[in-house]
Amino acid sequence: MPTFLRTHLTALRMLLVMTAVLGLAYPLLVTGVSQLAFADKANGSIVTSDGKEIGSSLLGQNYNLPKKDPGDADEQAQPDPKFFQPRFSAGGYDPKASGASNLGPNDEKMTQAIEDRRAAIAAFDGVDPVSVPPDAVTSSGSGLDPHISVAYAKEQVDRVAQARGLSTDALNRLIDTCTEGRSLGFLGEDGVNVVLLNKAISEQK
Amino acid sequence: MSSTLAGWLQALALVGALALCYRPLGDYIAHLLTSAKHLGAERGLYKVVGVDGDADQRWPVYLRSVLAFSALSILFLYGLIRLQTHLLLSLGVPETEAHQAWNTAVSFTTNTNWQSYSGEAAMGHLVQMAGLAVQNFVSAAVGIAVVAALIRGFARNRTDRVGNFWVDLTRIVLRLLLPISVVFALVLVANGVVQNFHGFHDLATLGGDTQSIPGGPVASQEVIKELGTNGGGFFNANSAHPFENPNGFTNWLEVFLLLVISFSLPRTFGKMVGDHRQGYAIVAVMGLFWVASAALITFSEAHHSGTALNAAGGAMEGKEQRFGVAASSLFAASTTLTSTGAVDSFHDSFTPFGGGLTMFDMMLGEIAPGGTGSGLYGMLVLAIVAVFVAGLMVGRTPEYLGKKLGGREMKFASLYILTTPALVLIGTGVAMALPGERAGMLNSGAHGFSEVLYAFTSASNNNGSAFAGITVNTPWYDTALGLCMAFGRFLPMVFVLALAGSLARQQPVPASAGTLPTHKPLFVGLLSSVVLIVVGLTYFPALALGPIAEGLH
Repeated sequence: MPTFLRTHLTALRMLLVMTAVLGLAYPLLVTGVSQLAFADKANGSIVTSDGKEIGSSLLGQNYNLPKKDPGDADEQAQPDPKFFQPRFSAGGYDPKASGASNLGPNDEKMTQAIEDRRAAIAAFDGVDPVSVPPDAVTSSGSGLDPHISVAYAKEQVDRVAQARGLSTDALNRLIDTCTEGRSLGFLGEDGVNVVLLNKAISEQK
Repeated sequence: MSSTLAGWLQALALVGALALCYRPLGDYIAHLLTSAKHLGAERGLYKVVGVDGDADQRWPVYLRSVLAFSALSILFLYGLIRLQTHLLLSLGVPETEAHQAWNTAVSFTTNTNWQSYSGEAAMGHLVQMAGLAVQNFVSAAVGIAVVAALIRGFARNRTDRVGNFWVDLTRIVLRLLLPISVVFALVLVANGVVQNFHGFHDLATLGGDTQSIPGGPVASQEVIKELGTNGGGFFNANSAHPFENPNGFTNWLEVFLLLVISFSLPRTFGKMVGDHRQGYAIVAVMGLFWVASAALITFSEAHHSGTALNAAGGAMEGKEQRFGVAASSLFAASTTLTSTGAVDSFHDSFTPFGGGLTMFDMMLGEIAPGGTGSGLYGMLVLAIVAVFVAGLMVGRTPEYLGKKLGGREMKFASLYILTTPALVLIGTGVAMALPGERAGMLNSGAHGFSEVLYAFTSASNNNGSAFAGITVNTPWYDTALGLCMAFGRFLPMVFVLALAGSLARQQPVPASAGTLPTHKPLFVGLLSSVVLIVVGLTYFPALALGPIAEGLH
């Protein structure tokens, strides 16, 4: 057999062996152990309320009012005042379309969008536009960010309290319990988990 | 704790962890590359594959083995992607077009992991784990194997043998990458990274919507994506996706994993050439660029600029709340300096200076510390150039580690250095000259040009990150970027292995009073300057049209 052919046959056999080991045995082993030891996490950290699955604690969601005309694709969804609002998402919190806006730092459309968002949020929450924090007016990297800054959560308290007839103290306490600090105290940034917070307030009687 | 203090602590903890691993991991890799003993499983594997584990190869044979393995990998992956709709676990994804399958197959085989597709929309679980993840392992191993051959060129004398590619590949995969991956995959799962074989799972949210929760063997792929400096995300959002990177700890761990092998390999080099100080000098240069880049990007992002980011009051566009600015900047510097290309935040929306730096990081040639193996061989080629430049200054034939750097060696080193800039600049130039391809830019003006320049820089340097606004899933971009990735990966390997062959053949010359010591701070400074001068002279005009123009705007 010519050397050329022999080398390629060796390469092919090596690739097939590697595929069996790394492409099948390895992921099956990791899946098996994960499902035995960390089934909840391995399956997406699903959150339930009243026995019903309502989302993943790791994936953000929309909390909008029902559309006036469900058939109208152009109608802008309006935020539901009874819920804490998440960050903006380039993909509308659809896990089938994760990703960012990718607009540049000087982009005119984005500059305009950020100014509009600031005004809308200030009016919606009844606060001074200057106090709206950066995470509230920007869209996240994944489009699925489950967190908002503590500042943005606090800013929404009065509005949610009014809409739900709950006390601001109760809401502030819930914000504290749903605030996830930095890992080990110093890795990353702290944030309020909106999925867990909205679950907690919707379970308040 | 303030964000600034936390940012400093994360970086310091990272430096500490990498420093702790430098000796044991570097020594371990040197051991597995030099040991005469085969494990039982390895002997079985050699029998099945049909190789003699004890026979070393000449450099042309080593090169042929690398190229044959890589060519078959591209073909196999191409076939798997094209046929996935007929295979198990395809989750009903649509058929992938020929140009995109070619681009993806080349991308993963070359350790680039440029993604012109969206993970959750285009790839089924079988392709992800049996195709893409397999290449994450073996492409990383190929890089380490090639640098092993180059180190043997320095370490061995008067021989035409540079090692056995099949043995190197097998040992690196089985003894290094696989065990670390198993352990840290489970750590990731324990923190919330998913690992299952489910498809999308629909549920009703409190807001009255339906949300589709994705599944897949994510953790097993995520870990090698970082460890092997690959970077191809299971999902479109890559490491920004909470299912790939759920919290501040996993984020830190992923940065650690993508740096640890490349930062430890200089120790392997020092050990194998019998002088640890040589390894320290190389790692010092790598560390210098990494620290500078991480500091500058963090500073630039923390002191946001640009009309949109100023309107927001902070550079949070494209960044996740759980990471914040500091951890995102650390990730960005590390991923663009290592040829990883995974992202936990989107560089397109970084400040002009911060985003420009991520591009500059790649233009350094992925050497600080660079991809697994490829980073070290790139740095050693530049070290050869630095020694040569010093030799010119004093007018004598230079030598590095006792090996004379004559015309033949310098030709290979020069060809190595010319390859990627040629690909980047010609590719960008042609794309900008074609109106149809210019239309692929999402942003306009200087920032739009940066998107194109970033794409060709990323592909040719085998990084894989993007200014992701650009639309690249077109026949032209898929084909052109695929060619850049292939040439950017394999041409340098040809020159490196040829260099290894010609170094191994030599009888070493004893060090004399005129020999430049290559373990002193003087050499660290010289090498750093050579890196900067080569990159600066090559890319300054292109950078001036993109990020610099935008930053001064």
